[in-house]
Amino acid sequence: MAGKTLYDKIWEAHRVATDPGTGESLIYIDLHLIHEVTTPQAFAGLRAAGRGVRRPDLTLAVADHNTPTENQALGLAGVKDPEARNQLETLARNVAEYDIEFFEMGNINNGIVHVVGPEQGRTQPGMTIVCGDSHTSTHGAFGALAHGIGTSEVEHVLATQTLRANKSKNMAIEVSGTLPEGVTAKDLALHIIAKIGTAGGTGYVMEYRGEAVRALSMEGRMTLCNLAIEGGARAGLIAPDETTFAYVKGRPATPKGGAWDIAQRYWETLFSDEDAHWDRVVHIKAEDVKPTLTWGTSPEQAIPVTGRVPDPADIDDPVKRAAVARALHYMGLEAGQKIAGVPVQRVFIGSCTNSRIEDLRAVAEIARGNKVADGVRAMVVPGSGLVRAQAEDEGLDLILMEAGFEWREPGCSMCLGMNPDILAPGERCASTSNRNFEGRQGRGGRTHLMSPQLAARAALNGVIG
Amino acid sequence: MEPVRTIDGIAAPLPDRNIDTDQIIPASYLSTVTRTGLGAGLFHARRYDEHGNTKADFVLNKTPWNGASIIVAGDNFGCGSSREHAPWALKDFGIRCIIAPSFGDIFRNNCTKNGILTAAVETRLADHLMAVARNPSSCRFQVDLNNQTIRAKGKTYDFSVDEADKNWLLSGLDEISLSLRDSDRIDAYEQSWRAAAPWRFA
Repeated sequence: MAGKTLYDKIWEAHRVATDPGTGESLIYIDLHLIHEVTTPQAFAGLRAAGRGVRRPDLTLAVADHNTPTENQALGLAGVKDPEARNQLETLARNVAEYDIEFFEMGNINNGIVHVVGPEQGRTQPGMTIVCGDSHTSTHGAFGALAHGIGTSEVEHVLATQTLRANKSKNMAIEVSGTLPEGVTAKDLALHIIAKIGTAGGTGYVMEYRGEAVRALSMEGRMTLCNLAIEGGARAGLIAPDETTFAYVKGRPATPKGGAWDIAQRYWETLFSDEDAHWDRVVHIKAEDVKPTLTWGTSPEQAIPVTGRVPDPADIDDPVKRAAVARALHYMGLEAGQKIAGVPVQRVFIGSCTNSRIEDLRAVAEIARGNKVADGVRAMVVPGSGLVRAQAEDEGLDLILMEAGFEWREPGCSMCLGMNPDILAPGERCASTSNRNFEGRQGRGGRTHLMSPQLAARAALNGVIG
Repeated sequence: MEPVRTIDGIAAPLPDRNIDTDQIIPASYLSTVTRTGLGAGLFHARRYDEHGNTKADFVLNKTPWNGASIIVAGDNFGCGSSREHAPWALKDFGIRCIIAPSFGDIFRNNCTKNGILTAAVETRLADHLMAVARNPSSCRFQVDLNNQTIRAKGKTYDFSVDEADKNWLLSGLDEISLSLRDSDRIDAYEQSWRAAAPWRFA
């Protein structure tokens, strides 16, 4: 019998039942993260059906998507948009009624849901984790099976602590060798998506493997798994190891004392067996990865910072040719032009992809003693209150403000164009977030996804490069 | 949920790949606390200009496709954000079926929960069906879920659909009610893990 992948092992350990007819399984959920935007309708559904929340203790709520990134100390009174305020009040009412732990806006533990879970130690290896947010794949960095769900599924998990799901196929992303100096997890993630395409992982759970992945910090691993969804995968996974255990140990919700030893012994069994069956294997040479950014309106439209944007005339397939021409037009770029030197008006350092302490340190190191270019507005939005506090302890806030960056309060901010932080039409933004879709950061806004290092340089130079 | 068996209606062609859920319904519509009324924001940037005027050249603004109940599109339809507001907006507009070579994984799930059929076809067939739908005289399609067929311009084509999705759509059953019938098994699962992995239930 063939061995098992890490995904196979976690799936089996959480399978409550399987329908022999359709193959659909009922999967137990260890951690349900919730936020204000994708839950009001789920709680309304529960209430209408007279149902309760099965495991409030395995549920954690934050307010992150619809929150302003300044004046959070004012509480909901500081939220100017009445619809946003109503949504935040609705969450507060729902968690109070169903007795769910909640880090409200302004609480130091609050922040972006995918930063808070790991930070609190709620995210642990081997778990199943869901949230009504597609970037839940982030938690796969810990060897947890984690993915986004819709609001109907949120209601299902609240009521039953399970999810109905079909097993995905297994994909291995083998990254051999060592990333070159100055090349980050973000560059690797964009390089992989450019190679496999945004639908390349559809139907799969991807496990990132190999020497270059093992060498990443937990922050880097979270960045990599965060972007698994942009490659179409249901989830991304990295097997837990000493780096993982060192990060998890001692956090508020992690096991202590003897329980830790039992837990770690179990976690050490969470790896893909050598003879495991893979439905697809993708090989990446770490040495080939360069500082990479997107030029277009899909995360797969990524090129090295030294490269040129494509020319539709070089593309035979009429559908792809039209897609490239449309993206160039939207982005205001000329066919075949160099991406370096393109001027930016905005810079966004933040989001569940790159708002952790390591990201902020990297930006501060580049910013130290320099100035944000004239005509550029650069924002730094820490991923959580704790990240913000740590950065302030390290003096990063002063370095950044001295250089002309805005030092904001935590939240999803400009990643999704929902709260007050948005682009104006035609504005070009160097962004450390995860989606460059048309209008994602505001109608007509032009987003280039890149690492914190590249974004910091864009802020100082006023141009990409 | 009403069972879904057949969809007989106007098919609108959207010949783009990677139509993401941000395009289907932008974030500015996500502050709602209800599931209703989102049809007004469907494909907002493509249906309306920056002043809110209707763009006459967008297919869903043109007769007869403004009454469409079927969309035919390129691959990876519904990629991106998990927002269930996307199928809510589609349904509110009147869409009951999307035909495409492939779908975003979470979006496909969300459609099933809302009685929208995601019918997968080969890229060449999707391209052909978009060409057929572009002609007002041949844009009326009949989709039969049980037989997994699409009838367009006098011809019948097969589509594929996830077996569990098909089952839920045909039955119209409430998933949560059914899952709650398994409460004993969920209890037993929790008991077994409480013993084996006490830290999980500390």
